[in-house]
Amino acid sequence: MSAVMTVGTTLASGVISFDLGSLGRNFWALTIDGLTYGSIYALVAVGYTLVYGVLRLINFAHSEIFMLGMFGQYATLMLLGFTPSGNAYQEGTVMTVVYLLIAMIGGMIVAGGSAVGLERVAYRPLRKRGAPSLVFLITAIGASFIIQEFVHFVLPKLTGGKLGGVNAQQPIRLVEAQVQFSIFGADVTNVEIIIVLAAILLAVATERFISITKFGRGIRAVAQDPVTATLMGVSRERVIMLTFLIGGVLAGAAALLYTLRVPSGIIYSGGFILGIKAFSAAVLGGIGNLRGALLGGLLLGVMELYGQALFGTEWRDVVAFVVLILVLMIRPTGILGESLGRARA
Amino acid sequence: MSTESITPALQLGVGDRLRLWWDALARPTQWLVGVPFIVLIALLPVIRPPVLTTVGTDFGGVLAQFGMYALLAIGLNVVVGQTGLLDLGYVGFYAIGAYTVGLLTSPDSPWNLTDDWLSRDWAWLFALPVAIAITAISGLLLGTPTLRLRGDYLAIVTLGFGEIVRLLADNLSNITGGGRGLSQIAYPVVGESASKPNGVFSAGNTSQPLNSGTWWFWLSIVLIIIVLLVVGNLERSRVGRAWVAIREDEDAAEIMGVPTFKFKLWAFLIGASIGGLSGALYAGQVQFVVPSTFNVINSMLFLCAVVLGGQGNKLGVILGAFIIVYLPNFFLGRTELFGIPINGNDIANYKYLFFGLALVVLMIFRPQGLIPARQKLLTYGRSIYVATRRAALALAATPAPAPAAAEPSDTTEGGAR
Repeated sequence: MSAVMTVGTTLASGVISFDLGSLGRNFWALTIDGLTYGSIYALVAVGYTLVYGVLRLINFAHSEIFMLGMFGQYATLMLLGFTPSGNAYQEGTVMTVVYLLIAMIGGMIVAGGSAVGLERVAYRPLRKRGAPSLVFLITAIGASFIIQEFVHFVLPKLTGGKLGGVNAQQPIRLVEAQVQFSIFGADVTNVEIIIVLAAILLAVATERFISITKFGRGIRAVAQDPVTATLMGVSRERVIMLTFLIGGVLAGAAALLYTLRVPSGIIYSGGFILGIKAFSAAVLGGIGNLRGALLGGLLLGVMELYGQALFGTEWRDVVAFVVLILVLMIRPTGILGESLGRARA
Repeated sequence: MSTESITPALQLGVGDRLRLWWDALARPTQWLVGVPFIVLIALLPVIRPPVLTTVGTDFGGVLAQFGMYALLAIGLNVVVGQTGLLDLGYVGFYAIGAYTVGLLTSPDSPWNLTDDWLSRDWAWLFALPVAIAITAISGLLLGTPTLRLRGDYLAIVTLGFGEIVRLLADNLSNITGGGRGLSQIAYPVVGESASKPNGVFSAGNTSQPLNSGTWWFWLSIVLIIIVLLVVGNLERSRVGRAWVAIREDEDAAEIMGVPTFKFKLWAFLIGASIGGLSGALYAGQVQFVVPSTFNVINSMLFLCAVVLGGQGNKLGVILGAFIIVYLPNFFLGRTELFGIPINGNDIANYKYLFFGLALVVLMIFRPQGLIPARQKLLTYGRSIYVATRRAALALAATPAPAPAAAEPSDTTEGGAR
């Protein structure tokens, strides 16, 4: 029965190493990097949460919207005359910010537009018919196939091989990561500052938009009670379109920030895992709850990097899934609870 | 409409007539018709029909893959079609089944049993029930905490599960071999001869037309029939009725005294073990498992088979599996079709694009799939069902001036559930 013995020895020899020291040594560096990733997750998570809040639908294809956003900002940069090269461009601070803003707007337009288009083409016919939620999910899966494969095969043919295809895009580096200052011995780079600042700005703007404006009130009203909201003169269709638009635009912005942190991440399959993580973040904070999505994103980003330090880099993706399953088991409503409608104005 | 009112009988449509005819047959007659049909399908790799035979890949191998996908589709159909639980991580069970066989019989694995007391000739057969049992247990482990969740949450959690299984296979490299995978997995050693020293199921058996693919296809047909009998009987039992009740309205089922959690768990467990069976077949056929085979996108492909064919209809999902496996392979390596030059490799590459389009279009125009499931009077047996169905169709067909009543009756009945 040597087989049984080998089972024992393999397990004992440490299948999964557990390195507490690494977490302790790099705690602050991990926290900062985690917040960077977390703010990207948070922005994408808003898209899931808003759509869920209004339609009770998990927009499974949102990850592909994010992926399209990455390609959108990349294409914008190419249109601006940048060509992919190994070295970072030195444009000076002001021009870099301007270029980044233009690229971000490009990403937002592509992602926002495709999110609205997706809603029009795929979801609206189903909603008109009152299809069950399973049908919506399957449609979303189909749509995500279509978008991925479009970028995988069709886009390179349309652009003469400049965009899309099997391989990741050669990065266009506008910002080179440079250490600016350090907190508790952990270095903070300019990339991290840009990402976190931009994410906070966008998050606050979205939060304010949902809280104070007329449109935001419409979204909250439909989330709370679609029938009454319609009776009160809120156009449900317009609210739904707006919801998809906001989600898409934020995903487009997140796409630019993500490519700053992970320059080689622009690939047709690059949205999938990030999408699941963002969804996990939305559930963690309480799906349907805007503030919850932001909190959940930050928490998940940090937890993921702690997990990575503890168990090793290859386990990083597992952390998000385990967190998702644990949250759903212990507190399915998430930390802040599900409520887009109840957010105070 | 006007032509239909002149000849009301035509309103039945080919599908309805065929179905009614089939349902009206007695059980033995059904077998009499069915067996030659199955034999004909089984002989496909031997006959190798001119246009249908695949060009780029071996036809027997393609059909063997179809057999495995058909099993997967039947298993997933229990979960998605019968019980209405969207499982996006079904590939996880497929992987667990394949890896169980791999871990027990591959020389690369630390848990290899074939080097001491288990004969390599019998190793696959020994590992098969173990693989089924372990996948069933994993279904239980996944189902117990997650089946209390609402439908759409369940979908994402199972998706996470599928990905975790793959990541485990990838990361636990001192057990699973990581990205290198496990090779030299055992297979049934049957029918050794001078030209086939390792038996007919060995991948080394490349003699046309009875190559290893053909033999695995035949084995999978036998297993499919067994699984269909088991699942079919379950459907007609208390368990099946509970599944349908849960699918249609979980709250109502619970109120009516159906222990919904228990039956959802059963569905999960049975679906998982069928997936494990298919995985074990796969591991035996290719004698090699790597994590990348079990990517989550495959889950979507399995789901596509179920949805395309018709959720809840066993024949439908088998057809769906056939489409999923066969169509891309049909185009692979083909440069012309009926004299028209085509770029077959490109078409085969675009398969996910086409399947995605098919999913979206189907969901909008025909959510019930190609061969939709019909609601049956599960309690009272077939004769009553046939009688009522016939009456309903006749009723729908007779009042010629009001054909409007006939049209929607078809959609609601076969309907999207």
